[in-house]
Amino acid sequence: MEKLDNPKILVFSTEKISDPAIDMAGLLKKHYPATVYTVNVPCSSAVKPKWILHAFDKGFDGVFIAADGTDCSYSDTCSEKTSEIVKTTHEIMREKNIDPARLKMAAICSVCAEAFVKHMKSFHSHLLEAKGN
Amino acid sequence: MKNKIGVYVCMCGSNISDYVDVEKVKAEAEKIGGVLLSKTTMFACADSTQQEIANDIKDQELDAIVVASCSPKLHLHTFRNVAIRAGLNPYNYVQVNIREQGSWAHSDNPAQATEKAIKLVQAGIERVKHSKELSTVKIPSENSVAVVGAGIAGMRSALELAEMGTEVHLIEREHFVGGRTSQWNVLFTTNETGQEVISRLYNQIISHPKITLYTGTNIISKKGSVGDFNLTLKVNPRYIKPECKLDKKKFQEAIDLCPIEVDDKFNFNITKRKAIYKNYDSEFPEMPAIDYEACNKCGECAKLCDEIDLNQQPEEKLINVGSVLLSTGFNPYEPPKGEFGYEDIDNVITLQQFKRLIELNGGKLIYNNKEIKNIAYIYCVGSRQVDGENKYCSRYCCTSAIHTAILVKEKYPNINNFHFNRGIRTYGKQEVLYNKASEQGDIFLQSFEDAPTQVEKVGNETIVKIKDILTANEELEVSADLVVLVTGMVPRENADLVNILKVPIGRDKFFNEIHPKLRPVETVIDGVLISGACQAPLNITESVKSSLSAASKVNSLVSSGEIELEPTMAVVHNDKCTWCDKCTNACPYDAISVTKVNDKEVALVAKSLCKGCGMCLPVCPENAIDLIGYTDIEMESMIEALID
Repeated sequence: MEKLDNPKILVFSTEKISDPAIDMAGLLKKHYPATVYTVNVPCSSAVKPKWILHAFDKGFDGVFIAADGTDCSYSDTCSEKTSEIVKTTHEIMREKNIDPARLKMAAICSVCAEAFVKHMKSFHSHLLEAKGN
Repeated sequence: MKNKIGVYVCMCGSNISDYVDVEKVKAEAEKIGGVLLSKTTMFACADSTQQEIANDIKDQELDAIVVASCSPKLHLHTFRNVAIRAGLNPYNYVQVNIREQGSWAHSDNPAQATEKAIKLVQAGIERVKHSKELSTVKIPSENSVAVVGAGIAGMRSALELAEMGTEVHLIEREHFVGGRTSQWNVLFTTNETGQEVISRLYNQIISHPKITLYTGTNIISKKGSVGDFNLTLKVNPRYIKPECKLDKKKFQEAIDLCPIEVDDKFNFNITKRKAIYKNYDSEFPEMPAIDYEACNKCGECAKLCDEIDLNQQPEEKLINVGSVLLSTGFNPYEPPKGEFGYEDIDNVITLQQFKRLIELNGGKLIYNNKEIKNIAYIYCVGSRQVDGENKYCSRYCCTSAIHTAILVKEKYPNINNFHFNRGIRTYGKQEVLYNKASEQGDIFLQSFEDAPTQVEKVGNETIVKIKDILTANEELEVSADLVVLVTGMVPRENADLVNILKVPIGRDKFFNEIHPKLRPVETVIDGVLISGACQAPLNITESVKSSLSAASKVNSLVSSGEIELEPTMAVVHNDKCTWCDKCTNACPYDAISVTKVNDKEVALVAKSLCKGCGMCLPVCPENAIDLIGYTDIEMESMIEALID
């Protein structure tokens, strides 16, 4: 397996809920790996499996969906729908021999800066370990 | 694809440049195909820089711009306006966040912060390359609003809106106005009664030509969207003739004659009332009403009083409004049987019941035929629950309980108040009440959530026990004549309204705003706003402030006669769509239906209903739906730029 010192993580954040939390982490100078890159979408239930697979295809080591959870201002079914996206993508990943553990999701509320940082650090460590570093 | 792109890398004073090598970011951006110019700037948001960007757009004929600076939440509209002033489409601008998600987040590693900033700017450039010229969606708007709920928040916002020239339909589910405020007697800090405040507002409302009041009325359907909502109202019969001349004596005789007695909700069920009723003498509208669910239609009242008409039927009315403002208020938390002895021990009541009891009692404070001397208040009932769903603090209850304790002591000087609390939260100027209660001799005992206060019946006595952390965890007990559960707020039951308007609900079950700080009275449903205690536990002052804020927002939305909406919405590629209806099922707004194009069934997105959430995107097996601004080409080119 290829060894990489610093796994790259793509985060799908949401404009109204999790992105403000990620901003707040920066505001509070709560550090997380600098190889975490954020792309935002209106709602975590809008993330296409195709985009996630594209990220793996292009070389991202991990993808994290910073989901709206129960705070979603669009629908109270958001958690279930985002979970379904992850489930579907996990199945495709298995078919393609991509470790499903490389895709994670967690609800990140608009003030969950601490939680976001913890998730990023642990996900980064996990990916680092998986790479044999 | 855009190929004359201007890139501006902001130093933000030194907030960015202390950790990010902005010159390197600028230099890397310059190398990317399609970038015509790349600059660093001390403050991109400064007037002089805005002017410089506008000049560049004109002089260099830029077809897109990227500003790498702070969070788009701060300056997205600033730079969109720069683009507009320079004649560039505002959607050919992308803001890249290299401060909150760059320099600040990685101030511990400037080299990596710089590398990240370079990637983020590259991704922004790729995104803007594929950006389209878009226009906000402009739709005509009625300068009218439906304010739902005629409690203090709804009444106050209705008046404010009417004063600003907006037509108001004030819709109240009950037959009388005033909501919870009319149930409270003396209010802090003005010492007016709730009923006095409501009377004053009502008199202004009924004389205002721009306000139409509907009582006993529900919204039963909604069509249309922001600017043009068509609401169907169901007006339930009051069973009193509309042209009725109020004869108080006659009506009182009819009330006395009515054989039906039901629990009196106004007094939180500590008294009974008749099927024909008024909650209190000066209540508005002045005519009594007949509770159509309780009434057995015996007709005795109608025989006595010509003004009563038991043959009235519900009516439907259609109103057209530009916006809907929800001010549906709260319910007090109702403890389940057995919580702190509620409904098991006969002298355990809620704070709301106690407030009504004080008002109804005369010279002596009597409950269950017993004169009350020792009152034990148990705080945080239904709020800050360790095991239950209500994790939130209801905020108003500490103040309300202490204020009530002061009032009861003023009215009945011989009573003793014992406050079993989990930390008193009389924030702001309400702290003076805490001091006053302490000065009048009230006893405050405090526990943590892991050792809650206990209430038990021992013989004829009701004993309230606590491990008091203020006296080194000493176990103390009080024999209480009355136990008052200081219950918090929960939202009113509004399932039908939620279903009709698709209002988002938060995890606390209250209505959910878009952003608690930046957009605190708007919901994700364009044109549906919220105010008062339907949104979160608020006291009266806070509810009124919220209602005035919402009134201003509603007026600014509908008063110009035209509404602008973001163009973010789903688009269907008819060539790919095979109409499986999965997108329809995924859409929370019923925005997608089926249509025929060249005899082929395909999905059709209603522009006025689509909120741009994108929930329809991932469910499409044919990848036939894109979201404007988040198309595959935009998303995938950004992903590629971040990994290169």
